[in-house]
Amino acid sequence: MASSNMPYAVRAYERRRLADALRKMILIRKFEEAAEASYMRGLIHGTMHLSIGQEASAVGSCMSLEERDKITSTHRGHGHCLARGADLGRMFAEFFGKETGYCRGRGGSMHIADVERGNLGANGIVGGGLPIAVGSALSAKRLGTGAVTVCFFGDGANNEGAFHESLNMAAIWKLPVVFVCENNLYGMSMSTDRSTAVGNISERAAAYSMPGATVDGNDFSAVAEAVDAAVARARAGEGPSLVENMTYRLRGHSRSDRNRYRTKQEIDDWAKRDPITRLFGMLVSHGVMAEGDMAELDGDAARKIDDALAFAASSPDPKVEEAAFYVYAGSGAR
Amino acid sequence: MSGRSERVRGKLSYAEAIREALDIAMDRDERVVLMGEDIGVYGGAFQVTGDLFGKYGPERVIDTPISELGGAGVAIGAAMTGLRPVFEFQFSDFAALAMEQIVNQAAKLRYMLGGAVSVPVVMRFPAGSGTGAAAQHSQSIEAWLGHVPGLKVVQPSTPEDAKGLLLSAIEDPDPVMIFEHKLLYKTKGHVPRGHYETPIGEAALRRIGHSLTIVATSIMARKSLSAAEELARQGIHADVIDLRSIRPIDRETVLASVRKTGRLMCVYEGVKTLGIGAEISAMVAESDAFDFLEAPIVRLGGAECPIPYNPELEKSVVPQEPDILEAARNLVQGRI
Ligand SMILES: Cc1ncc(C[n+]2csc(CCOP(=O)(O)OP(=O)(O)O)c2C)c(N)n1
Ligand SMILES: [Mg+2]
Repeated sequence: MASSNMPYAVRAYERRRLADALRKMILIRKFEEAAEASYMRGLIHGTMHLSIGQEASAVGSCMSLEERDKITSTHRGHGHCLARGADLGRMFAEFFGKETGYCRGRGGSMHIADVERGNLGANGIVGGGLPIAVGSALSAKRLGTGAVTVCFFGDGANNEGAFHESLNMAAIWKLPVVFVCENNLYGMSMSTDRSTAVGNISERAAAYSMPGATVDGNDFSAVAEAVDAAVARARAGEGPSLVENMTYRLRGHSRSDRNRYRTKQEIDDWAKRDPITRLFGMLVSHGVMAEGDMAELDGDAARKIDDALAFAASSPDPKVEEAAFYVYAGSGAR
Repeated sequence: MSGRSERVRGKLSYAEAIREALDIAMDRDERVVLMGEDIGVYGGAFQVTGDLFGKYGPERVIDTPISELGGAGVAIGAAMTGLRPVFEFQFSDFAALAMEQIVNQAAKLRYMLGGAVSVPVVMRFPAGSGTGAAAQHSQSIEAWLGHVPGLKVVQPSTPEDAKGLLLSAIEDPDPVMIFEHKLLYKTKGHVPRGHYETPIGEAALRRIGHSLTIVATSIMARKSLSAAEELARQGIHADVIDLRSIRPIDRETVLASVRKTGRLMCVYEGVKTLGIGAEISAMVAESDAFDFLEAPIVRLGGAECPIPYNPELEKSVVPQEPDILEAARNLVQGRI
């Protein structure tokens, strides 16, 4: 059958969903480029971690998630948040520390999360989300909600004790959770060759008796295929899986990174494997989109970004007298 | 080197002073090794280890995986068996991940084994707010560790003390925790050359007055000193004590000052309740210095909430110089 030569994504999803996935990836890219520009202009204090180059991992991993499903995110979480359909204006507002931001200006770039869309938090602690994801899967199982939790974490997080403890508990209790490792080859300056005893992090799945797969994380279709299968398995009550998306962050770890631990050549080589260009190319070659569509997609995204930035800029700051709201239940509006 | 450059040198930053201490210690003692995340080619998240990796290589400047519990524990085990590890936490907040090894092991091993072992480990913790890094990267948790017998806990506020306390810590036979406020790394000051030790457990009386005693820690010592200059212009003269060490605490320096001034104010960045100020206040209340008090004790500490991201909110939850000024004036003018 001709269709078996087609990439998984083209077989699995309607055109509308494919176009939507591409649109989200472009929005993530443009959100982060605009965030970076604001930073350069001194409009933001604090730090930020950009996922430019990793957009296929965020969007591809959320393709079969439903409204009831949950994710846990990381310090590099803007993509995860947008993949689940968060509002750009509220994201920028948080970035600027505004009361209209997702965290009411208390969290900032590192914590932006749309809880209403099932995002249990972007976490400043490496590995912090792993046990929380397992807890979310435990409650889904116990309460019979049918929800699956996708747990995003980086290659660096796989050396925290929390990773190992979490995978073991998810496995012994057969919980509906999918561990998605975004392996961008480095945890800050430390390459996985130096930090991690196994070649592929997915090999660690064997130690916890769950399936593990390593895929090209810059190939939207490959990511979606692996994570969709893992979500289906979780949904069917068969337990957790580990999927490792091999990808690359094209920017430094954070703003203060001088990139001393990697070469320009390496960065340039990975830039050629840009996930957005690749997905667009695939969609064009399978007749889902036409060459000329990119300009329109770009323009559309740019307009959305401008509107969102304007919303954020005109939003009020939180009140200083309310700094200690939300420490306990019953303080502040919700 | 010319004789002139031998004698005269410019000021060093707090970060440079720490690096100089590490360099001196590594040079004179092969047993000293550095461990931590991104302390090698990256030079440390706050560029404290800088180029020491280039000088001493990967055998002595050891990048650990992102494994705080394990990394701290390895440093402790190595300290028990012949090395002198200096372990850098990337942010003090991540001590939470290593609490088991710090509190249950490092602090207690000597005691539990009846004095048969020593744990000469040093841990360095970049601490505090003011960088826009929000709730999980801005805490001041020194009082948590200050509550644990077996540990020593210091908070240098000047480049000179950052170097001297670190060199003392490396020589110390017990585990020493050093809290370094992130906003201090770029501040500059005079730093003596060569090897010297600033004694752990001795406060520094930074300014002499008679109207009130301000006991402050870390960056709050700097803020208090600067506030004291302004107070002096208004006729209020403060004794400013930079506590430097919170375990052990220099009781005598504090009590002597309070006996003299009759008024006490404590300034610290950690959460106010159950913090360092409570200890200092109780110490005074339990001593003869209590009889000299002419007004209630005042504590200025962090607000009862995590550190927020928004810059105005962030400033509002820790004591700032105007807060210190106002509180000191009120205390001296009997308005509390
Ligand atoms: C417990 C903990 N340790 C260290 C850090 C500092 N830190 C933040 S991100 C990071 C690297 C994380 O690497 P990885 O998990 O691979 O994610 P990536 O940044 O590559 O997306 C480090 C060391 C932290 N935030 N939390
Ligand atoms: Mg990584």
